[in-house]
Amino acid sequence: MAASVSGSQGPDSSTLMVGLVMIAVLILGISGAVNAADWAFGVHAGMFAAAAAIALAGLLFWHEQTDPPQRFDPKIYEEGIVKAGIAATMFWGVAGFLVGLVIALQLTWPNLFYFPDLGWTNFGRMRPLHTSAVVFAFGGNALIVTSFYVVQRTCRTRLAGGMWPWFVFWGYQLFIVVAGTGYLMGVTQSKEYAEPEWYADIWLTIVWVAYLCVFLATILRRKEKHIYVANWFYLAFIVTIALLHIVNNLSLPSSWAASKSFSAFSGVQSALIQWWYGHNAVGFFLTAGFLAIVYYFIPKRVERPVWSYRLSIVHFWSLIFIYIWAGPHHLHYTALPQWAQTLGMTFSIMLWMPSWGGMINGLMTLSGAWDKLRTDPVVRMLVVSVAFYGMATFEGPAMSVREVNALSHYTDWGIGHVHSGALGWVGFVSFGAMYCLTQWVWKRERLYSNALVEWHFWIATLGIVLYITSMWVSGIMEGLMWRAYNEYGFLEYSFIETVSAKHISYVIRALGGGLYLLGALIMIYNLVRTARGDVPADERRRKPSAPSLQPAK
Amino acid sequence: MTDPSPEIDSHSGVETTGQEWDGIKELNNPLPRWWLFIFWASILVAVAYWILMPAWPALPGFQGNTTGILGQSDRVRVAADMSVLKAGRTALSARLTATDAASVLSDHELSQQVMALGDSAFGDNCATCHGAGGGGASGYPRLADDIWLWGGALQDIERTIRYGIRAEHADTRTSEMPAFGRDAFLTATQIDDLVQFVISASGRKADAGAVVRARPVFEQNCASCHGFDAHGDRSKGAPNLTDGEWLYGGDPGAIRRTIVGPRNGVMPAWGGRLDPATVRALAIYVHSLGGGE
Repeated sequence: MAASVSGSQGPDSSTLMVGLVMIAVLILGISGAVNAADWAFGVHAGMFAAAAAIALAGLLFWHEQTDPPQRFDPKIYEEGIVKAGIAATMFWGVAGFLVGLVIALQLTWPNLFYFPDLGWTNFGRMRPLHTSAVVFAFGGNALIVTSFYVVQRTCRTRLAGGMWPWFVFWGYQLFIVVAGTGYLMGVTQSKEYAEPEWYADIWLTIVWVAYLCVFLATILRRKEKHIYVANWFYLAFIVTIALLHIVNNLSLPSSWAASKSFSAFSGVQSALIQWWYGHNAVGFFLTAGFLAIVYYFIPKRVERPVWSYRLSIVHFWSLIFIYIWAGPHHLHYTALPQWAQTLGMTFSIMLWMPSWGGMINGLMTLSGAWDKLRTDPVVRMLVVSVAFYGMATFEGPAMSVREVNALSHYTDWGIGHVHSGALGWVGFVSFGAMYCLTQWVWKRERLYSNALVEWHFWIATLGIVLYITSMWVSGIMEGLMWRAYNEYGFLEYSFIETVSAKHISYVIRALGGGLYLLGALIMIYNLVRTARGDVPADERRRKPSAPSLQPAK
Repeated sequence: MTDPSPEIDSHSGVETTGQEWDGIKELNNPLPRWWLFIFWASILVAVAYWILMPAWPALPGFQGNTTGILGQSDRVRVAADMSVLKAGRTALSARLTATDAASVLSDHELSQQVMALGDSAFGDNCATCHGAGGGGASGYPRLADDIWLWGGALQDIERTIRYGIRAEHADTRTSEMPAFGRDAFLTATQIDDLVQFVISASGRKADAGAVVRARPVFEQNCASCHGFDAHGDRSKGAPNLTDGEWLYGGDPGAIRRTIVGPRNGVMPAWGGRLDPATVRALAIYVHSLGGGE
């Protein structure tokens, strides 16, 4: 995957290789669409073929339009892909938040969005659309775009691989579209956070291996002696996600032209592998990857050194070693043998301090620059995200204790826990990074409006607080109601009574989610104006900033 | 590639590692003491838990996994809890199934327990359709009133619960209203007249001409189940059309839909799923909701 520019006439080898892959996808897509055993597979095969055709046309157009010396100039950072990544992150973010709001309203008022004739509007189809959109589309794009930016800057070299980074970017978007449309058509493996079917999984594997190669090749080309800590975290994220994805999705398709496959695992083994995957998707996608963002964007934005190199080493290795064993805590009091539950719980407890190592390093990096919390709302967003990270990584080990889990499992407490991590930690750190990146790659002195960042910050924070407190209340309440017995030893409440008791909490939760979405829309407006280089009206008036003379009295 | 050249950070007085990436340096602060202390403490907690509880598999000298010195086992504990529960309920079950339902109610202590059992079982099994407290919903009869499709005596209710209605059970209650419209037994005009007839039967204002026209149609097609006076027939589960109570709605459109293509709703047979004592307790509970006969 060398990025060398071959000759002055023909395309370089990376463009040629990507083009060949696209031709293969086009052929497979057309033959899949023609031979499809079911309707959904035909739609998806056509989608792959169309995407490959568009990509080939794009490659040809790009090749005609760009002079060879301009292609992949190793002396210039690749920033076009960063701009595209910011747009993709924000687009999928808003899409995911919107679907989240819709399903929150469905849970609150089941008849409001009930269309018996439109199966795809059903909660069961929309829920994976929401989780995948926010985790993999929003979070995944944030990780890819920041990793591409950070690895170039901290290795002082252009992104390796020529056309391959663009293959990773667009290949990943194609995976998202195939996965999302699959959920709506009812194509699913029924594995949480691993719903896409076998062909989408194979495609993601190809894209992900290309991602790993681009990232590794860039690190190998670095002009710095050592590898920066953020890149360790990115690498851990990319390698582990590859491993998790491949193992959990091992399956046999019912036919090579059908959108249905059968898992290689069954029973409790399947459950354990699923939660080994599911928990480490949290650990390596939503934790390790976003810690990499913390390790670059916080010191960069506050212009202070990382607080402790030693802590970064110790917590990195302890985090990745311990996290991988904690999955069984998702299966307490199930058919999983008790000894495995014990190990899942105890490794989760030992995970507490390794997780907090990242929080300490993130927060203490501000020492000497605490005033920026007041003056720069983007810094405040990054710091509050680290605070939410600390809270969620304390709550997690607590909930992994079997006796606590006996109350919290299957309740809204779990939903609240996930969202304090997702909205507070992952969301805010991504927003902070996108504010920084937009300003930096479009070479602006400042954001269009700091006041709008303040609005975004406070509206979204209020949304998060409403969301997680309402879920704590409803979760603990329903957990207590489920286990309440009357004086004769019979269950006190029926399930439906616990559902109706949660109604008010659900209204508040939907309100919180709505506020979070509103904040993201304000952000997009601000980013677009920043990218266009606009200056707010009041700033323009103030622009001639020569000190005015005191008027005479 | 530059060699590291540590420098002292002016703010904190701490030495850096000497590396720099894109302007980012690293201080070399030691690990926080409290952090290290809690990390070791959490490891000790884990080790202690492994010693006390079932933990590591495949260790030499252990068959299967280490069982822990406390000898705890979820499997054993659940079995013990279940047998205690079962023992506590055996007496109640025996008394409940031995005596006839009516005399249960005369025993104050027994009836208290039976109502608690019935309330709990109703919430878990029945409330999903019939509503909490038996309030009913469209298509699911209200149980908290004195209107009964198949009879409101204790033994009627018990039979309905045990065998269900149009359920997959040999003794289930059967009977279906024909689809007069869908299967073209009646014309659209006849059905329109019948709607007016049913409205009139339930004491509301209706088109007098249509009611007169509909009477012979009603007597030929409907009266065999619903009765010539439209008061219904519990042996066939045919509702009383004069009481103003409607399973699928009483407005003209809803009545028309029922005549065109009735739903013939299904209630599952609970006898195979719930034990006889619970079925009896449910019958007594439902009987007590408002209209038991």
